Amino acid sequence: MISSAVKTVDLRVDRGGREVLHGLTFEVPRGEIVGLLGPSGCGKTTLIRAVVGVQIVKSGDVTVLGLPAGGADLRRLVGYATQTPAVYSDLTVLENLRYFGSVLGAPRDDADRVIEEVGLAKERDQVVATLSGGQLSRASLAAALLGTPELLVLDEPTVGLDPVLRQELWELFHELADRGVTLMISSHVMDEAARCGRLLLMREGVILADDTPGALRAHTGTDDLEEAFLRLIAEREEARA
Amino acid sequence: MKLSITLATSRRILAQLRHDHRTVGLLIGVPTLLMILLRYVIDNPDAFDRWAPMLLGVFPFIVMFIVTSVGTLRERTGGTLERLMTTPLGKLDLLLGYALAFGLLALVQVGVVTAVSVTWLGLDLAGSIWSLVLVAVLDALLGMALGLFASAFARTEFQAVQFMPAFVLPQALLCGLVVPREQMASWLEWISAVLPLSYAVEAMLELSRGDEFTSTLARDLAVIIGCVIVSLMLGAATLRRRTA
Repeated sequence: MISSAVKTVDLRVDRGGREVLHGLTFEVPRGEIVGLLGPSGCGKTTLIRAVVGVQIVKSGDVTVLGLPAGGADLRRLVGYATQTPAVYSDLTVLENLRYFGSVLGAPRDDADRVIEEVGLAKERDQVVATLSGGQLSRASLAAALLGTPELLVLDEPTVGLDPVLRQELWELFHELADRGVTLMISSHVMDEAARCGRLLLMREGVILADDTPGALRAHTGTDDLEEAFLRLIAEREEARA
Repeated sequence: MKLSITLATSRRILAQLRHDHRTVGLLIGVPTLLMILLRYVIDNPDAFDRWAPMLLGVFPFIVMFIVTSVGTLRERTGGTLERLMTTPLGKLDLLLGYALAFGLLALVQVGVVTAVSVTWLGLDLAGSIWSLVLVAVLDALLGMALGLFASAFARTEFQAVQFMPAFVLPQALLCGLVVPREQMASWLEWISAVLPLSYAVEAMLELSRGDEFTSTLARDLAVIIGCVIVSLMLGAATLRRRTA
């Protein structure tokens, strides 16, 4: 059993002719919910793309479940939900999930299971183009839950959802983690950070902190994670000056 | 590559079409309408017998080129391609899935146009009707394969649609439809000799002349099939699991 679900060593990525990830080294333990937090444009999505193996990497290593990221053996084990919902807008929710399910080799009734899990039972036979923004992103999230992934990589899965649904999804994420699934969830809202087991705080393509929420609070001497983030930035600026 | 994934992909594409009645209506109605127009514009049964088979080779080619290039571009820009590239789906599964779904659609399209042509419009075909359908469906697959390839060079749907005149109209001008190829300046004839649509039109001409399965027809079919395979492989090369 390999202990870390994701491991990167000195990961560097260029996008649009400039370096956007400046040598990231971190590990995500198995069965953990890791929150990837940072402002828009800090490199969260690029990092996530590198982990699922669709990003061209300049240098460094990304290992997922003990294998090089993006390898053929990982494609059944990693579930991925992009930030912009990636489903066919001209198909119904069920048709979408049946298709992605058969691509993954998941049983036929798996589509109905994930529809229940993301709370889209009523919209099951609705064409995706007619869904609201929140329903759309849940349909895309449902596709990532198909099959039996060991790692779920979710790029801002809870944006624009009402608080009750957000609560329900976080309960689902914790259930999955209890079953041993590792989750890597990006967000730019700090109030989600407290729900994670570990946090990776990113800014301008570097990792500012890689710790548990408790340890971060203790280190920065504040209970508010937003404030903790600000103090870490200030600490770093001071160190640079 | 896995057969179940290929078939699931075809089913998905056909389901998308099922939800889009207007596109299906246009795909089948427009070539039929054009054929009816052609019949009455020419208004000469002998000339129609020569023109109609050639156009039956060109229409499905053009239509499938547009539909596929826009369709795959939507997969690229809509994020579904990126999602699929993280799954066990092989590039060939996607390409053959498209080929199978659009091949079936082409069969319906060609079937309807041919049926209308031979019944209502009085098309008198010297060759066998099955060879005609076969050549037309292969032409459709050729258009599809080239459309897949062309979509890799388009960033937006606007550009993808503009590729149609760029890829298709020079071929349509040089394929022997407007002026017989042997009457062209020799440099134009050489160019037309490397363009696949020339062979599609030549095959249709053979069919309109007689019902023998000539060696020219066999060569034309081989060239078209070869071009379909080469374009599909080029298309596969443009699908990348990793992007910048």
